[in-house]
Amino acid sequence: MSEDKSISSSEFPGEVHPTAGGGILVTKLDEVVNWARANSLWPLVFGTSCCAIEMMSTASAKYDWSRFGFEVARATPRQADVIIIAGTIVNKMAPVLKRLYDQMADPKYVVAMGACATSGGPFFYNTYSVVKGADHVIPVDVYIAGCPPRPEALLHALITLQEKIKNGATREQIKIPES
Amino acid sequence: MNNEELKSKLSEIFSSATFEDGAEWITIFVSQSDIKPVMRQLRVGEIFHFDFLFCLTCIDWKTHFTIVYHLTSTIHRHTLVVKAKLERGNPEIDTVSDIWRTAEFHEREVYDLFGVRFFGHPDLRRLFMTDEWKGWPLRKDYEDPVNMIKL
Amino acid sequence: MFRETQILAQTTKISASVEGSPDIDQNDLVINVGPQHPSTHGVLHLVITLNGETIKNVEPHLGYIHRSIEKMCESLSYRQFIYVTSRMDYLSSHINNHGCALCVEKGLQVEVPPRAKVIRVLMDELTRLASHQLWWGALAMDVGALTPFFHAFREREAINDIMEETCGARLTMNYMVPGGVMADIHPDFQNHVKEFIKLFKSKIDEYDELVTGNIIFQNRMKNVGLISKEDVISYGCTGPTARGSGVSCDIRKLYPYEVYGSLEFDEMLETGGDCFARYMVRMREMRQSISIIEQLIDNIPVGDFQAKTKAVLKLPKGEFYSRIETARGEFGVYIISEGGTTPYRIKFRSPGFSNLSALNHMAKGYKIGDLVAIMGTLDLVIPDIDR
Repeated sequence: MSEDKSISSSEFPGEVHPTAGGGILVTKLDEVVNWARANSLWPLVFGTSCCAIEMMSTASAKYDWSRFGFEVARATPRQADVIIIAGTIVNKMAPVLKRLYDQMADPKYVVAMGACATSGGPFFYNTYSVVKGADHVIPVDVYIAGCPPRPEALLHALITLQEKIKNGATREQIKIPES
Repeated sequence: MNNEELKSKLSEIFSSATFEDGAEWITIFVSQSDIKPVMRQLRVGEIFHFDFLFCLTCIDWKTHFTIVYHLTSTIHRHTLVVKAKLERGNPEIDTVSDIWRTAEFHEREVYDLFGVRFFGHPDLRRLFMTDEWKGWPLRKDYEDPVNMIKL
Repeated sequence: MFRETQILAQTTKISASVEGSPDIDQNDLVINVGPQHPSTHGVLHLVITLNGETIKNVEPHLGYIHRSIEKMCESLSYRQFIYVTSRMDYLSSHINNHGCALCVEKGLQVEVPPRAKVIRVLMDELTRLASHQLWWGALAMDVGALTPFFHAFREREAINDIMEETCGARLTMNYMVPGGVMADIHPDFQNHVKEFIKLFKSKIDEYDELVTGNIIFQNRMKNVGLISKEDVISYGCTGPTARGSGVSCDIRKLYPYEVYGSLEFDEMLETGGDCFARYMVRMREMRQSISIIEQLIDNIPVGDFQAKTKAVLKLPKGEFYSRIETARGEFGVYIISEGGTTPYRIKFRSPGFSNLSALNHMAKGYKIGDLVAIMGTLDLVIPDIDR
């Protein structure tokens, strides 16, 4: 009698999604790949307003972010992994942001820094030109609060992003295949 | 020159202008059609020599518009405010960008936000909003239910 | 609950002045610099017409950070709108707040106590130093040297720490109120500032050694971006941009406010009109700021730090204009009030707006590498221009 190795759905409460690959060897490889990706994220130089100065402070000598792997800040989106949206997004800038995001190669991650990129910030009421949150334009992985957030807060967010990648919890990594 | 001397000289030369007192600087009201010759005289005349235009803006008073020019002289160090009243239905006025080059950008901003047309401006286009934006945002009757969330 | 926003399609049209101009050839190359670019100091979109590498026309496209601040301020009270200006020119945030507070005080006719005046001037000069430090680091980085950027930020962090003890924030410090300052200075403020001044005096000599005397830097800056005195006045430029061409326009000297009338400092003027002249004006201004701080730090009068004002401020009907000298030039606040609790119309006269209009004039005929040097010495902060 051939034994059914897979768990049948009548005994197990919940759903089982077969993942691509499966098996011990590929899972360990995934872990190594995630570890490598998380520890060498290269940010894109994208700062629109005041939060850009705190981002530059994080890049400089006192709160160095290159000890976490963010060594090279690339000016072109083709070579960058993570885009840190530092500043307010307005209606005129939104197509530019979308185009930059589309030009980035997979896997790509997004961090919304500051109150303006999270939800419109101090410019929420009575403004006709501000996009109320960068997630109206592109999907965001990590949000940071603050106006502007301290460099330590930005470092905490970047470490959170690294942990998200290592745990396989970012949008790129959660892929449920269609049945 | 201090304020009294300036006021007497101005009322001698520009007989059709009216004055407003009580503020820090002399304010002179000029009619919409007279603005170009008055401004040229203020720039060129030796006793005035107002060569520095430091602010050009527009106020929407719901029944009419007022364009406000702030002028100062780098030689005599006196300051003057010139105002011109425009009608709301068709706000138009001559440009001063051939007298002071700084007015090019300032007048583009006033056109973009209020809809005032400047005759003779070399390049009157929208400055801050996108080219296809409808409406003049800083007017008091501007309604934008899609973008503006009122408190 | 968020409402969906209309994302309008953006078309970049070359302006009629470029298309119809007689000296623009069919063989010219039109390129875009920005809005996302490491050396445009914000989101500035430049449409440059080139003949080979020589610039024929530079046209700035603005509006990529236009946050409708003037419309928003019409619904904020007189105590609230001051802090929005921190976010406009965020490198001189104290000075912007100071200008707004001066305008409201002019309307209310309230007298600021002497202790508050001296604290305000100290904060202004520290902010001016921090802004010039960042300018120096960013200019050197744009021209090609990365190391001065780290040196500049190291000193800037010392000023940020001093500000954080007293005001609570590092960048957008909401500290000035109409009538004085929000809280008294920290007990360690004077000691920390004196230590910083001692440290910075040796560092500024290091800056001169590293960059100012460097032959490559001088070759990139001298005779580049020339603008004459008459053109500077006609374009309405203020601040170090104008002082580099010999125009005397320092508001602290011409129309003194707070305690500047009784201080000894010089207005730095250079007559070259090129990038190197503007650079030297700012380096000398840093030394002048140090001397102003030294004159004041031991003589802070005792007393109140805030004048008594009502909780809800109402300005009388009329219009009020105040001028103040930020690190970039003259900042003007023009309030038109109808007697209510919110202003009827506010206009902010920002220094960068007029300085940027002179860019086309300054850059014609130079190479594209010189454009970066010219923009660096103009010291533009784009949210200040777009408001």
